[in-house]
This record gives sequence, C-alpha cells and structure tokens, in this order.
Amino acid sequence: METLALLIAATMNAGTVLAIAALGLLINERAGVVNLGAEGMMLVAAVAGYAAAVHTGSDWAAFAAGAAAGALLASLLGVLVIWLNTNQYATGLALSLFGAGLSAFAGIRYTQEKLGERPRFAIPVLSDLPFVGPAFFRHHPMVYLAIVAAVAIAWFLWRSRGGLVLRSVGESPEAAHALGYPVRLIRLAALAAGGALCGVAGAYVSVVYTPLWVEGMVAGRGWIALALTTFATWRPGRVLLGAYLFGGVTMLQFQLQGQGVEVPSQFLTMLPYVATIVVLVLISRNPAWIRSNMPASLGRPFSPGT
Amino acid sequence: MLTLEARPAPSRAMSVASPLIALAVTVVVGALLFSALGKDPVRGLQMFFYEPIKSGYALGELAVKAVPLALIALGLSLCFRSNVWNIGAEGQFIVGAIAGAGVAMTADATTGRWIVAAVLLAGMLGGLAWAGIVALLRDRFNANEILVSLMLVYVADMLLSYLVYGPWKDPKGYNFPQTITFLKATQVPRLFDGSRVNLGLPIALALVGLFWVFMFRTFAGFQQQVGGLAPLAARYAGFSSRRALWTALLVSGATAGLAGALEVAGPLGQLTPYVPVGYGFAAIIVAFVGRLHPVGVVFAAVLMSMFYIGGELAQSRLGLPKSLTGVFQGLLLFALLACDTLIHYRVRRRKAPAAAAPTSARALRAQGGA
Repeated sequence: METLALLIAATMNAGTVLAIAALGLLINERAGVVNLGAEGMMLVAAVAGYAAAVHTGSDWAAFAAGAAAGALLASLLGVLVIWLNTNQYATGLALSLFGAGLSAFAGIRYTQEKLGERPRFAIPVLSDLPFVGPAFFRHHPMVYLAIVAAVAIAWFLWRSRGGLVLRSVGESPEAAHALGYPVRLIRLAALAAGGALCGVAGAYVSVVYTPLWVEGMVAGRGWIALALTTFATWRPGRVLLGAYLFGGVTMLQFQLQGQGVEVPSQFLTMLPYVATIVVLVLISRNPAWIRSNMPASLGRPFSPGT
Repeated sequence: MLTLEARPAPSRAMSVASPLIALAVTVVVGALLFSALGKDPVRGLQMFFYEPIKSGYALGELAVKAVPLALIALGLSLCFRSNVWNIGAEGQFIVGAIAGAGVAMTADATTGRWIVAAVLLAGMLGGLAWAGIVALLRDRFNANEILVSLMLVYVADMLLSYLVYGPWKDPKGYNFPQTITFLKATQVPRLFDGSRVNLGLPIALALVGLFWVFMFRTFAGFQQQVGGLAPLAARYAGFSSRRALWTALLVSGATAGLAGALEVAGPLGQLTPYVPVGYGFAAIIVAFVGRLHPVGVVFAAVLMSMFYIGGELAQSRLGLPKSLTGVFQGLLLFALLACDTLIHYRVRRRKAPAAAAPTSARALRAQGGA
C-alpha cells in the first residue's frame, strides 16, 4: 500500500512535466502550427528556470523565467514559419538543435550549482489521510495547476469565443482570414502561449522534478509530449490522461529496478520511448480517425493574399 | 513598409547565395558572442575557420569528421527530397556502430583484412535495419516517422549502453564501459602516414557520385523526388509512394550505419558510450546547408566539421565550453531557413497599404482570400 501510494505520487509528478508541455503543444497545433522545437525550448527553459531558482530561491521565479524563455524561442520560430513561410518541420528541428546547444552552453556554470533545501508541500488535513494523502495531496502546487490548466484550456477552446477563433485558424485559416481575423498574429500568440507552457514544463524538470541541471536533461520529453498531442487526438482532457499514463511508464522502471527485477537497467530506461512508439502505432493505425480529429490545416503555411 | 512578394520562379542565384549569407550571419553573431564572453573575436573565429585548415595534419582531422557527416547527410538529402522526415540518423549511426563492432570483435590473430569489408557491411545493415523499423511502422501503421525515428535514437543509445556496460565489456578494461580494442586487422586502412584519414574518404566521395547519378540521372531517383515535391502528381503518374518511403529510409539508414561502422573501426577502434557525438543531428543541418544536393553536402560537411573542431579548440585554447559548436550549428540552420525565403520571395517596399480600394480583378481576387 505504502509503495503504491508513492508510485501514484511519482507518476503524477512525472506526468505533470509531460502534461504541461503537451498542453502547450496542443494550443500550437489547434492553431495549425506544429512545433518540433519543443525539446529545445524545454532545455533552454530548464536552464533559465534553474538559474532563476539558484539566484532567487523561488520556484515561481523559475517558472516565470522558463515561461519567458519558452515564449521567446517560440516567437522566434513563429516569425520564421508564419511570416517567412519556412518549412515548419525544418524550422522546428532547427529550434531543437539550437536549444540543445544554447542550453548546454548557457548551463555550464550551473552544472556544479545546487539548489537549496527544497520546500515540502502538504495540503492540511487531506495529506494526513491514509493512502490518498501521500498519493494525491503532497505534491508541488504546479501538479494541481497542470490539472487546472487542462480544464481551463478545454473551456477556452470549446466554450469561449477566443477558442473558437483559435480553432478556426487551425481548421481553415482562409475562412478565418475572410472573416477579418488576423490569422498570423493569432498563430503567433498561440505559439508564444504554447512555448510559455513548454517553458514552464522545462523549468519544472530542472527545478522540481530532478532538481538539478544536467546537459540534455529533458531527455526526449519534448518529443514524447509531441506524440501525446496525437495520442490525445488534440483534446486537453486526454492529454492529461496520456501524460499520467506515460508518467506511470516512466515510474514503473524505477519500481521494477527497486524490486530487483532481473532486467538490465538500460532496457527499463528504454520503456517510455518504446511505449511512445507503441502508442503511436496503435493510435495511427486508423488514418481516417486521426484525420477527422486533427486540425485540418495542421502544418500548412498560410499567406493572406496581398 | 517592406513586404515579401512571390517570385515568378525560384531564384537559382539565391539558392546558392543563401547558405553563404547564413554563414555570414552566423560568423557575425559568433564574433559578437566571443566579444560578449570577453574573448578576442578574431582569435575566436580563427579557431573555427583558420586552425582547422592551416596544415596537412589539420586538414586530415577535418576530413575525419567531415566523412561521417557527409555520409549521413547524403542519405538524409534523399530522404528530405522525398519528403520523408528521418531525423533519427543518430540512432541508425549508433546501431551501425554496434553492428560493425560486433563483427570486429569476432576477429582473431588469423583473421585477414577482408574483415574490414564485413565490418562496414554489418554497419550498413545495422543502420538499414534500424531505419527499416521506421519505414515498417510508417508504411504499415501510418506512425509518424519523425517521432518514431527520434524515439529509436534513445532506444539505440540505451542498447549501446547496455552492451558496453554488460556483455561486451572488456574483461581486462578496469571496469570501464568499453569493449576490447579491436585487432589491427579490423582497422579501416589509412590513406597516408601521419594522418587519421582512412578509406572512408574515398568511399564517401564515391557515394557522392553515386547519389548524384541516382538523384539526377535515373528514373527511380526522379520518381523519388516527384513524390516529395508534388505527392498528388506522383500518385497521378503512378509512382509508388510506399516504395519511395522505403527507399529513402533504407538508404539513409544504410549510409548512417556505414558512418557508424567507419567510426568504430576507424578513428575510435573500440565501442564506448561516447561513440555518438551528435553527427546524426548535425547531418540534418549539413543536408539543408548543402541544399540536399550531393555536391553541396560535401562543402557543408567540411563546414560543419570546422564547427566541431573549432568548438574543441575554443575549449582547449580559449577556455570556452565545447557546446559553442551546438550554438553555432543551430544558428546556422536558423539563418539558412530565414535566408531561404529569398529563394521564393523578394523583398519589396510597398508605398500604399493593401486595403487601398481594390480596382483590378487581381486585387479583388486577392481580397477574396485566395
């Protein structure tokens, strides 16, 4: 029981990183832009967040720094793909490669730096309950905020006018343009918002989840988050579910290792990556289903006819 | 107000000039970066653009790094031209290295030089098989090749780690994660005394020729590219998109695997966890900077090799982090993609705002949201 509660807690912790990043990418993709730069943005944000945490001691400053870094890089990508009509795949890759280099370069002086004692969190009364307390109520506030964010984004996308406009830009930018909406600016705003969320996720990795800075520490979570948006058929609720599922897979390896299962650790480390492939295969098997759920203009550049 | 105006036809001149402009931008940003770090920018740039070419030995080292980059980028060029996004060449490189090492380790004192061919062949097959997984999952299950190929990089990395920490660990290696040093017979023959340049260089150059012929002088190569440029046209012409997918992935996997085998049986001489140094990712940049053209890839590979060597020198001589290489690589690709806009568009100064009374039929059409 005790270990199960801890496993659930660890799963939520690991899933939160993926959830926040994937929610950000979901916003991008709902507006019609694929951001393959997620991994790079998260890495830079992880350094920015870590630096902020080292200097200020505040997690919230770290998240703000991460969000700013993510939004900035996403905007850079936005200018290239939205205004200069560069290939979205190639540009996103460029951002990932650039982010990996930049974060390694900028993070050099933080590899030796340690964060101070991390605060412990506990919701009064609830956290003292047996089992559910340690499983659900002793998390970093960001874990709950991620759930709130998923609900808020779902509400925004399907219950607000702004969300309708955003989705229309992703489905049919021509129609949105004809109605007088500034398609390019909306896409840029969506990219920046998504980048900010990826940035928060990156900062969460380096400041809360690990917490320390190591080169390349995001370890493919940006790419897994990208796969999650497809897995979730571009719906926030399913993103959250998928993120916890993947968080669970990540944690399972530690669990199995802890129980002395006779499998080399490397094969357990492979699990989340193999799981991503398996899930992609299962979900993509039916192209019609993907197509009917995918934003119709995903990945397609749009130039207003001037 | 400046606007972009579509050119009637893509500009060939810009297509060649764009990488040069991008390089210039990278150099300027690099100089600023060196100054910001309190280093002499001239000396900093020297590390990247003069030191790697100043002597015969230096040129040899340049080639040692350019060969794997060019090999991988050749395959990726074919991939990207076919609109197949294999970004997991790093994984195919690793599996190629593993397969090559597996064969190299079977050598004993009586083994002849023929084993080098077996090592390289094994590397190609290893890379090919790894990319084949991507092709299979894409073809059979429609799984996105970008994500699958990338995930397989992590899997390959773990596989390598498992082997060198586990069954393949050198029993006399003081518990270091590495295989035995391969026997002399398995070493890819070197071309000159006093330089690490080996048979990989002529192999790469021969493949450049082969790729050029395939891409631009064969019907199969033409079909491959039509599928990338205009999938609907290719379908109408009856060109198989499935075959294009398989060809692109298997070929690029094989070249990446070959590069991996050349690396372990060449300069490295053993398998360690440090075999992958990001060539598979850097080769993506090489392919784009080289205009997805076999000859262009050669120049771009040399440039990228300079970045690698420059980064190492900047670390040892200027005390700057080696990761500077990655920053420059990313910058170069960004600048290139931005400059590439000028191939299809030209910058025009527009006097009146677009909303001014549309009178011509064209303007009316444009307003309709064409």
